[in-house]
Amino acid sequence: MTDPTAPYTVRGATGDWEIVVGLEVHAQVTAKSKLFSGAAASFGAAPNTQVSLVDAAMPGMLPVLNGECVRQAVRTGLALDAEVHRVSRFDRKNYFYADLPQGYQISQLYHPIVGEGHLDIEPDGEPAKRVGIERLHLEQDAGKSVHDGHATMTYVDLNRSGCALMEIVSKPDLRSPAQAGAYVRSLRSLLRYVGSCDGNMEEGSMRADVNVSVRKPGDAFGTRTETKNVNSVRFIMAAVEAEARRQVDVIEAGGTIVQETRLFDPDRMTTRAMRSKEDAHDYRYFPDPDLLPVTLTEAFVAECAASLPELPGAKRTRYVDGFGLSPYDAAVLTAERETADWFEALLADLVRRTGKPGFDLAKPAANWVTSELFAALKRLGVGLDASPVTPTAAAELLALIDDKTLSGSLAKQVFEIMLDTGDGAAAIVDARGLRQTSDTGAIDAAVADVLAANPDKLAEYRSGKDKLFGFFVGQTMRAMGGKANPAVVNERIRAALAG
Amino acid sequence: MTALPDLTLAAMASGLRAKAFSAAELAEAHIAAVEAARPLNAFIVETPDHARAAAAAADAALALGEAKPLSGIPLGIKDLFATEGVQTTAGSKILAGFVPQYESTVTARLFADGAGMLGKLNMDQFAMGSSNETSAFGEVVSPWRSAGSNRVLVPGGSSGGSSAAVAARLCPGATGTDTGGSIRQPAAFTGIAGIKPTYGRCSRWGVVAFASSLDQAGPMARDVTDCAILLQSMAGFDPKDATSLDVAVPDWAGGLTGDLRGVRVGVPKEYRLDGIDLEIAAMWDAGLAWLKDAGASVVDVSLPHTKFALPAYYIIAPAEASSNLARYDGVRYGLRVAPDGGTLDAMYEATRAAGFGPEVKRRIMIGTYVLSAGFYDAYYRQAQKVRTLIARDFEAAWERCDVLLTPTAPSAAFSPGDKADPLAMYLNDVFTVPSSLAGLPAMSVPAALTATGLPLGLQVIGRPLDEAGVLNAGFALERAAGFAGRPARWW
Repeated sequence: MTDPTAPYTVRGATGDWEIVVGLEVHAQVTAKSKLFSGAAASFGAAPNTQVSLVDAAMPGMLPVLNGECVRQAVRTGLALDAEVHRVSRFDRKNYFYADLPQGYQISQLYHPIVGEGHLDIEPDGEPAKRVGIERLHLEQDAGKSVHDGHATMTYVDLNRSGCALMEIVSKPDLRSPAQAGAYVRSLRSLLRYVGSCDGNMEEGSMRADVNVSVRKPGDAFGTRTETKNVNSVRFIMAAVEAEARRQVDVIEAGGTIVQETRLFDPDRMTTRAMRSKEDAHDYRYFPDPDLLPVTLTEAFVAECAASLPELPGAKRTRYVDGFGLSPYDAAVLTAERETADWFEALLADLVRRTGKPGFDLAKPAANWVTSELFAALKRLGVGLDASPVTPTAAAELLALIDDKTLSGSLAKQVFEIMLDTGDGAAAIVDARGLRQTSDTGAIDAAVADVLAANPDKLAEYRSGKDKLFGFFVGQTMRAMGGKANPAVVNERIRAALAG
Repeated sequence: MTALPDLTLAAMASGLRAKAFSAAELAEAHIAAVEAARPLNAFIVETPDHARAAAAAADAALALGEAKPLSGIPLGIKDLFATEGVQTTAGSKILAGFVPQYESTVTARLFADGAGMLGKLNMDQFAMGSSNETSAFGEVVSPWRSAGSNRVLVPGGSSGGSSAAVAARLCPGATGTDTGGSIRQPAAFTGIAGIKPTYGRCSRWGVVAFASSLDQAGPMARDVTDCAILLQSMAGFDPKDATSLDVAVPDWAGGLTGDLRGVRVGVPKEYRLDGIDLEIAAMWDAGLAWLKDAGASVVDVSLPHTKFALPAYYIIAPAEASSNLARYDGVRYGLRVAPDGGTLDAMYEATRAAGFGPEVKRRIMIGTYVLSAGFYDAYYRQAQKVRTLIARDFEAAWERCDVLLTPTAPSAAFSPGDKADPLAMYLNDVFTVPSSLAGLPAMSVPAALTATGLPLGLQVIGRPLDEAGVLNAGFALERAAGFAGRPARWW
């Protein structure tokens, strides 16, 4: 798209079509144990080793609500600026499947714990947007059926059975694949800030049901389809695009869209029908008589609110307004809580070392993190969590730049040595004599030598070839072994040439 | 000397402490009685070793003077309670051979207090029935017979194995469960006492679920004191049951005085049905007179929504059951019938068709129907509203009285096959269901014999958590009634 303000459309034979997307994101709650049992809830354990009697639905077993899961749902709701319902309750969703031991999923249809809220997104190439949140509710995950383990049998792994999920339902506010992608990225970032979900999409901690319909601009909503269990941002965007295209093609060929459940095929990047509304289950929802309504006290909600960290939106604003960072740098630094924490630790240390206000230091520090540090980590193939350089070590380096001990190019050299050896910046500077010099006597001598050695260039410069100024700087820096303060060199050359 | 199994539980406990007999002797006497009573079909599984081990532990504790409340008392356990290492079937073929790796909270509490287990008691399948005819392990035969008749009678249900075993002196007490009358009606049919405590008093953890919002465990024994002693052990908060009540358990046996001065007894007029059995009406009148003699005053009260209780119950209980029983699918435990080359659905259908009896299937289908899209509001939601109104009826009554006195069941025990029409069978619960819907404590006390020599029971219903008031009124009735009936041994 060339014009970022033009709405996204699907071009059809009969004109442009607008797409309408709503997402139901299932996020596994970060908790030591499952929603209604004491069994562990960690990923990657051997099959059927994290299964309690409750998870296996043995006769006479009863669910008991895990308070930590409630707390995380409430914190997430507050982070979404949503209404937290002081009374909510659990319902049973009844259906038969081999990996659903109870024969029902405990969910919250009628009275979810969290109601309407919103999430701000910044889609690539499109204006920022506020997306409505319809609700957030808690529910149990099912187990896993493994169909390819045996020629004629299906294996069932109940490790995931009973794990707590937050189902976060957006309003049908999204209008493009980019918006859908940005929504999931933004939600993932928020959940990770809150600490209520680890956001590991490849481990299935976050997956989305994608609701798509198309319409001519200005028309009422079209019939939607629901593509289940899409598990990456890229696939979610692809599913939106493919499904919208398919719907336009069907309608323009004279067909109608049927409300149905579809599956995304990541190999072909298309969707295919799973079951139609006619085959849809009658889930026979009713209030779970084993569980009392969940009643939240004001003190509990207040404690949840107090426990929230600064959220990415607020942090971004603070970086722009308080630190003078560009919106882009602020977005990059706040996308992951770990990055922001790293940056702020660096900045705090730098403030302490230099005695200068953060506002003066933030911009070069941000530049250094997003360029030097990120490039180095990328080269090393490691994440920030495995960075060989700590924020404190980085602050030591940046303080040496700030007090002009190091020039930019010297700092690059020192940083490389830090990455190689793990030594501190000051020690490296001392040991290797990489200190920048502002000694005007030495610099003036070097400048004089350079000018004396290049009389022809000097003559050309004087006859108007201004560009040669850079040549004299380069020659002087070389003569100084790279350690001269470039600003002082510039100033001294200018003085010499003027003289 | 009286045969040991004829003693009350309280008398057994004091006899053990007085060293009049040993726990081993008590256990052996009961084990022999259980073996001799196999024609009653009261037990699905006999566990003499469990009873003997508990007796040995009890004798050791008694020797040290460290006896616990139930040390050496051998009990029968309804097969709805999961018992670790002992088959637990809920009376259904779908759980045949199922041996839990866990002990229900209620049985764990009884065993921790020193009780032993003689075996698992037969019952209506998944506690669905009022006559024990729905058990997959054959019907329980009541030890009672009408005078001059050899006709088989039902022991009531669903706790029919429990009622038969206690009445036949196979055990001094047994656990029962009550969803709509399953403790009280069989107690009434067999001339014993039984109490369903307030919903939430006894943990449901490890009790095979029928209808979760109604199911409640309680004791069945030959008199009110023994019920109080057993309930004392069974009740108590359990963090593993979210509906368990975190309230103190009072000393119920110690509160039995029979003194009802200042107690107001309500008589709900809606329970005086047209065509009420005359013997039952007479017993009811006698019961009111006994309570007055004990110092109580009698007031007429109205529970106007009573007639809607049975229909509401037969919507709510099957609805919950249809969901609770979904776990019996052949996938993880119990019966599995997998047709060759069949689908998962085919396995479900074959397993559940073979594993569930007709009454269970009927209730699963009713429950599925009333929860279905398009019918939920008309049935389930409406029934829940009725339930609220019934609870309000009782709340209004408690402003005028402290306990209610009613008959327990509309008739004495009948014979198998007499109530082939399910609706006729459901009507047996008419007096017990309303208090179940309201979650109230209620007990049945044997009060009279019919002209043909069959026992009849009176029901006392109390305020939430007022088991003490219910038991004390029951105690007063028991003393006044002087009920001495017991089945003549024919087995």
